[in-house]
Amino acid sequence: MTSLVQIYILNAMVHLFSFVGAGTLRLLGNFGAIAIFFSLAFVNIFRRKQLREIVNQVFYIGARSSLIVMLVGLFTGMVLGLQLFYTLVKFGSVGALGSAISLSLVREMGPVLTAIMIAARAGSGMAAEIGILRISEQVDALYTMGVDPLRYLVSPRIAASIISFPLLTAFFDLIGIIGGYLTGVLLLGTNAGTYFYRVQSSLNMVDIRGGFIKALIFGAIVSCICCFQGYFCHMRTDGYGAKAVGLATVSAVVLSCVTILIADYVVTSFLM
Amino acid sequence: METPLIEFKNVTKRFGEKTVLDKVNLNIYGNQITTIIGKSGTGKSVLLKHIIGLLKPDEGAITFQGKPVNTMKKNEWEACRSQMAYLFQNNALLDSMTVLDNVAFPLRQTTKFSKAAIEKRALKRIEDLELTEAIHKFPSELSGGMQKRVALARALVTDPKIVLFDEPTTGQDPIRKNMILSMITHYRRKFGFTAVMVSHDIPDVFFISDRIVILWEGTVGFEGTYEEAVRLKLPMIDEFLRSLDGFQDELTGLLSREAFRVHYAAMLGGTATVAAVSAALFSVQLDLMHETLGPQAAVEVLRALGEYTNRRFNPIGGFSARHSRDEILTIFPHTSISEARQLVADFAQELKHEAIDRIQSITIAKIGVATSFDIYIRAGIAVVSPTDAIDQIIEKARAKQEIVATHRCGSGGNEQ
Repeated sequence: MTSLVQIYILNAMVHLFSFVGAGTLRLLGNFGAIAIFFSLAFVNIFRRKQLREIVNQVFYIGARSSLIVMLVGLFTGMVLGLQLFYTLVKFGSVGALGSAISLSLVREMGPVLTAIMIAARAGSGMAAEIGILRISEQVDALYTMGVDPLRYLVSPRIAASIISFPLLTAFFDLIGIIGGYLTGVLLLGTNAGTYFYRVQSSLNMVDIRGGFIKALIFGAIVSCICCFQGYFCHMRTDGYGAKAVGLATVSAVVLSCVTILIADYVVTSFLM
Repeated sequence: METPLIEFKNVTKRFGEKTVLDKVNLNIYGNQITTIIGKSGTGKSVLLKHIIGLLKPDEGAITFQGKPVNTMKKNEWEACRSQMAYLFQNNALLDSMTVLDNVAFPLRQTTKFSKAAIEKRALKRIEDLELTEAIHKFPSELSGGMQKRVALARALVTDPKIVLFDEPTTGQDPIRKNMILSMITHYRRKFGFTAVMVSHDIPDVFFISDRIVILWEGTVGFEGTYEEAVRLKLPMIDEFLRSLDGFQDELTGLLSREAFRVHYAAMLGGTATVAAVSAALFSVQLDLMHETLGPQAAVEVLRALGEYTNRRFNPIGGFSARHSRDEILTIFPHTSISEARQLVADFAQELKHEAIDRIQSITIAKIGVATSFDIYIRAGIAVVSPTDAIDQIIEKARAKQEIVATHRCGSGGNEQ
C-alpha cells in the first residue's frame, strides 16, 4: 500500500517536473526567438528605402494615437489631482500636490499607461495586419519577390514605435499635469502658483530622462511582441487561419501589457 | 546528357506525422515548360515551394545548376532566387495596394530604376494582360480572374528566368484559361524563361508542356513527355489521365482527345462496312495572332473555328478534336477524298460568309485603322486507311495543308 502511494507521488513529481521543464524550455525558446527576431528587424531599420515606410508608421502609431493618449492623460491627471488632494489634506501638505502629480506621471504613470494604450490600439493593429498578411501568403509573396518581409513589415514598425513612444509619453505627462491642475486648482482651490512652482522645482532632468528611457524600451517591447505574434501566427497550435490571427492579436496585447509592467519594475530598479 | 537546371535528390518533406513528399527525385530542365499534375494533397504546391526556398526539405537535397542549395552562401542563394518568380494559387496580391502598385512593387523594392521607368514597365505588363481599366482598383474590387492576371503581371514584370506557376488558371473561364496558358507559352518563347507549372487544364496544359511530372502518393509516378505517358499505358497513369480528360474540350466544344480516340477506334472496328474514310486537319496561326491581335482575340478565333467545325461536320457524322494548340483534326466516315474536298470547300465558304462578322468583331478592336492583318485558315485533306494511327493521319494531312479561307482584319475587316 505504502509503495503504491510512493509510486503515485513519484509519478506526480515526474509529471510536475516535466511540465515545469517543458514550459521553461518553451519560454526560453520563445525568448531566444524574439531576441533574434528583434535583432534582425532592428538591423534592417538602417537599410535603404526604409524612411518612407517609417514615416507612414510614425503617422499610424504616433499621430493617430495622440488623441486617445491625451484623453487618457487628462483623466489620469484629474483623478490623481482628486485622490492626492484629499490624501495630502489629511497631512496638511496640500502644497505638495504639484510635486506628487508630476513625479507620479513623469516617472511611472506616463510611460506605463502610454505604452499600454498604444499596445491596445496600435499593437493589436500590428499583430492583426501582419497576421492577415501571413495567412493570405502575402508574406511569402514578399519573399518570392526578393523583398525581405522582416525589413518591409517589421523594421519600420519597430523604428516608428521607438520614435513615437517617448513623444506620446511627453504628451501624456503634459496633459496629465494640466488635468491635475484642473481638479487640484480650479475645482478644489489649491493655489495655482504653488502648484506650478512645485511641478517645476520637484521635476529633475533625471526623472524626465528616466521616463523617456522607459518609453523607448516599452516601444521596442510592444512593437517586437506584437509583430512577432502576427508574423508567426501560422505556427500557432491553438488555432488556424482567421482564428490564429485573432488569438495572435489577443496574445500580442496581453503579453505586451504584462511585459511592460515587468520591464517597468526592472528598469525602475536600475534607475533608482 | 543535358544538366538539369533544378534537381531534387531524395527530397522528403513531412508536416507533423504526414509525409507529403517521400524521397522525390526530379529533374527540371532549362527553357522548358514542366507541368506537375497529381491528385489533391499529393504535394504539388509543396514541391513548387521547395524550388523557391519557401520550404526546406527535411531530408535530401535540391540543386540549382548543379550546386546544392543548402551549401550556398546567402548572397549566392539570393542571386538564384532573384531569377525566379512565383505565381501563388490564391494570387497573394498585396490587398492594400492598387493594381499598378502591386505590379510595380517588385521593381520598386528590388531595382534602382527611375520612377518613370518602373511605371512604364508595369504599365506594359498591365496592358499585355488587358488590365488597363483596372489600374487604380484594389484587388478586392476585381473578379477572381482579374486578380489572377494581376498576379501573373506581377510575376512577369521582373523578366524572371524561372517562373513557378501554382495553378495559374484556377477560377478562370475557358477563354481566359486558354488565354493565360497561351500567354505563358508566348512569354516563354519571347523571354526564354523556364516554367514549372501546377495545372489540371487538360488538354491545353499538354499542348504547351514539354514535360509532365505526375506526383503519386508523395513520389514521382511519371516524368517525361505527354506522348510517352500515353504510350506507356501504365494503369496508374492511364487511370489518372482519363480522370482528368473530360468528354469535351472546354474551349471549343469539340471532343476531348481521349473521346476522339474512342470514336476513332469504334469506327475502325466497323471498317468492313465503311467504304471510305477521309480526314481534314484545320489550323490557324495562333502564335502570330497572339502577337498581332492579343491573346484574347487569338483564343476567340480558335474557339470560333472549333464551334463552326462542330456545327458543320457533326450532323453528317464527322467528329473532331484539337490535337495541338492550333490544329483541329476532323474525321469524315463514309466519305471519299473528293467528297471531303467538297465538304471543306463548302465549310470555307461558310466561314467566309457567316463566321466573318464574329471574327471581325473579335479582331477589329485590336487592329488600328492604318494596320491590317490576315488570318489564314488552312486545311489539309487525307485518305484514312484502317491501319493508320491518329498521329499518322495528322502527318499526312499536315503535308497537304493549304489556305482555304482568309480574313483580313483592320481597316474595316474585309474578307477575301
